[in-house]
Amino acid sequence: MIDWLISGDRPRSVALGAVLLGILFSLAFAPFLFPGVRALDTAATILIFIVLVASYDLLLGYSGIVSFAHTMFFGLGAYGVALASIHMGPGWDALIVGALAGALSATVLAYAIGLFSLRVRAIFFAMITLAVASAVAVLVSQLFQLTGGEDGLTYRIPRALTPANRVGELFGVRINGRILAYYLLFFSCTALFLLLLRIVNSPFGRVLQSIRENDFRSEAIGYRVVAYRTAATCLSAAMAALAGSLYAIWLRYVGPDTTLSFEIMIDVLLMVVIGGMGTMYGAVIGATIFVLAQNYLQNLMGAASDATSALPLIPDLINPDRWLLWLGVLFVLSVYFFPTGIVGRLRAGR
Amino acid sequence: MSDAPEHSPTFARVSLARRLDRAAPYLLVPVLVLLGYMAIGVPSSWLTLTVSGLAMGMMIFIMASGLTLVFGLMDIINFGHGAFISIGAFMGVSVLFWLPGWTQAASLPLNVAAISLAILAAMLLTGAVSWVFERVIVRPVYGSHLKQILITVGALIVLEELIVVVWGGEEIFLSRPEMLQGAITFADAALERYRILAVVVGLLIFAALRLVLQRTKIGLIVRAGVQNGEMVEALGYRLKLVFIGVFVAGSALAGLGGVMWALYEQVITAGMGEGMMILIFIVVIIGGLGSVEGAFIGALLVGLLQNYVAFLEPKLALVSNIALMTAILMWRPQGMMPVMKGH
Repeated sequence: MIDWLISGDRPRSVALGAVLLGILFSLAFAPFLFPGVRALDTAATILIFIVLVASYDLLLGYSGIVSFAHTMFFGLGAYGVALASIHMGPGWDALIVGALAGALSATVLAYAIGLFSLRVRAIFFAMITLAVASAVAVLVSQLFQLTGGEDGLTYRIPRALTPANRVGELFGVRINGRILAYYLLFFSCTALFLLLLRIVNSPFGRVLQSIRENDFRSEAIGYRVVAYRTAATCLSAAMAALAGSLYAIWLRYVGPDTTLSFEIMIDVLLMVVIGGMGTMYGAVIGATIFVLAQNYLQNLMGAASDATSALPLIPDLINPDRWLLWLGVLFVLSVYFFPTGIVGRLRAGR
Repeated sequence: MSDAPEHSPTFARVSLARRLDRAAPYLLVPVLVLLGYMAIGVPSSWLTLTVSGLAMGMMIFIMASGLTLVFGLMDIINFGHGAFISIGAFMGVSVLFWLPGWTQAASLPLNVAAISLAILAAMLLTGAVSWVFERVIVRPVYGSHLKQILITVGALIVLEELIVVVWGGEEIFLSRPEMLQGAITFADAALERYRILAVVVGLLIFAALRLVLQRTKIGLIVRAGVQNGEMVEALGYRLKLVFIGVFVAGSALAGLGGVMWALYEQVITAGMGEGMMILIFIVVIIGGLGSVEGAFIGALLVGLLQNYVAFLEPKLALVSNIALMTAILMWRPQGMMPVMKGH
């Protein structure tokens, strides 16, 4: 049963399996284990980023394609839900229509970009996605009548998912709509993740891996490399859009900073690399570690910066605002020394 | 003995269509200028826009030329190129702030000398940084595009953040040297002085690059290396050494472009290079990766189109470049003037 659920792709390492089970357990019972608004928020962010990072890994790790437009697709899904909720009024139908519209438009856009860039050289793809993503970000901030510009949009979602909906008490924790929303996220994200696991372990996923290893040879064997790469791009874009829709449901707000910014793209890249490229489980570990570090480590850096304020330069370097500097260093080092990430390390150390 | 068979070799004339096909990219710029004239209709605004478009294109070309050569020569794609633009801009502006007497004097030679010094300092610093960059960041990932992209993006972030550590995170405003402020009026059109200077500098750089690439031995080796690196190495040239030279020179040009761009925008931020990279990538792609002439034409097209569209329909300015790229890739999937690879 479990083997069927995870498509036969076992962790293949006791330590890795234990870590994954720990993360699954913590996320499944997060409202009961870690009470408090902030902890729940962190857990929800981890869930969404697991799907986002896993969908990116389908592209980067399994197909060997670098895209900088992944947050654009993420944002498309989020704005889809936001716009549908505003124009159709709060309701389940709006959420479904918004999510589907977001996923569909992401797929179409990914197909168009793929058609232009993947046809010639895969390397064009990285540059063209960067250009298109920045153009979309500019468009979103300029078309403020539609998108709310830099301020973003706030909207209402069905009342059943808001804190106002009190259901009762369980194990001493008040169950309200927020917790129901969390479980909606939990089950959706789990389903999406398992679907991704199914995709990469299917014959289709094998072909993607063979293209990553040697595209010339795959073409010679008879697979249409362009078609497979484009399909991977579209799938990953649709998944990212669905993750964006879930994020929009959770936050009840969308704005360029939370969904479209280049910084999120960097975060996603880092999560994939730290967790381990080419393994779906890497997405789980990378996203969990990264989101936890982002939410809690920055406070630590602030404290360290204050403590060393007498020294020259050092407080500037470990100022929480320089968070990105250390991320960059970590990123470069992990590409050099841990190209297989944490998952690769754990599997090798078996 | 019989006579040799009748034999009269002839040169087949290149057909008009083929010649047009080859010259088409060169014709695009005048065609675009003409289209702009028809769309705008007012000669004076058209002239102003054309000059500012050319100025912008020249500056983009200066920044893009290094990137395209580096790619052509060593098949290395450097996403960190934008950081050199920012570093150059910050260094150059620091020098300009350092010489208030020269920049505020109402004398053109002193002003130009100040800018030249700023450019020199910027080029020296970016050259030095890029030399280290090549050794530490790029050298270990030769041959793997995926890793190159990841590593250089990481390095871009680190360099940008280091700029913030050294120069602070605030945006810095500056004003152009005294004699380069304001505009001159020519045929009812207001032409900013600085833009004319930018066009002149851009043309000089392009001419110098052409001269080095076409007329010197180093240029010959570089061009041969772009076409078939293995063969050049087999002939005994140390292509790695040439490559480092091209990398440093290309990055120094990015620094030069950074100073020019800083004086053009009159404000600098650590993220400015990253923003420019988007235009630079578009230019390099539509020009054909590895082609300096292609990058030149591409940069002029992007600059002109952006200015025309910003005048006619401001909201479409950035999207216009994407549209241009799409159109050109539909016409020539490898870019306008792809480099013939000999292997």
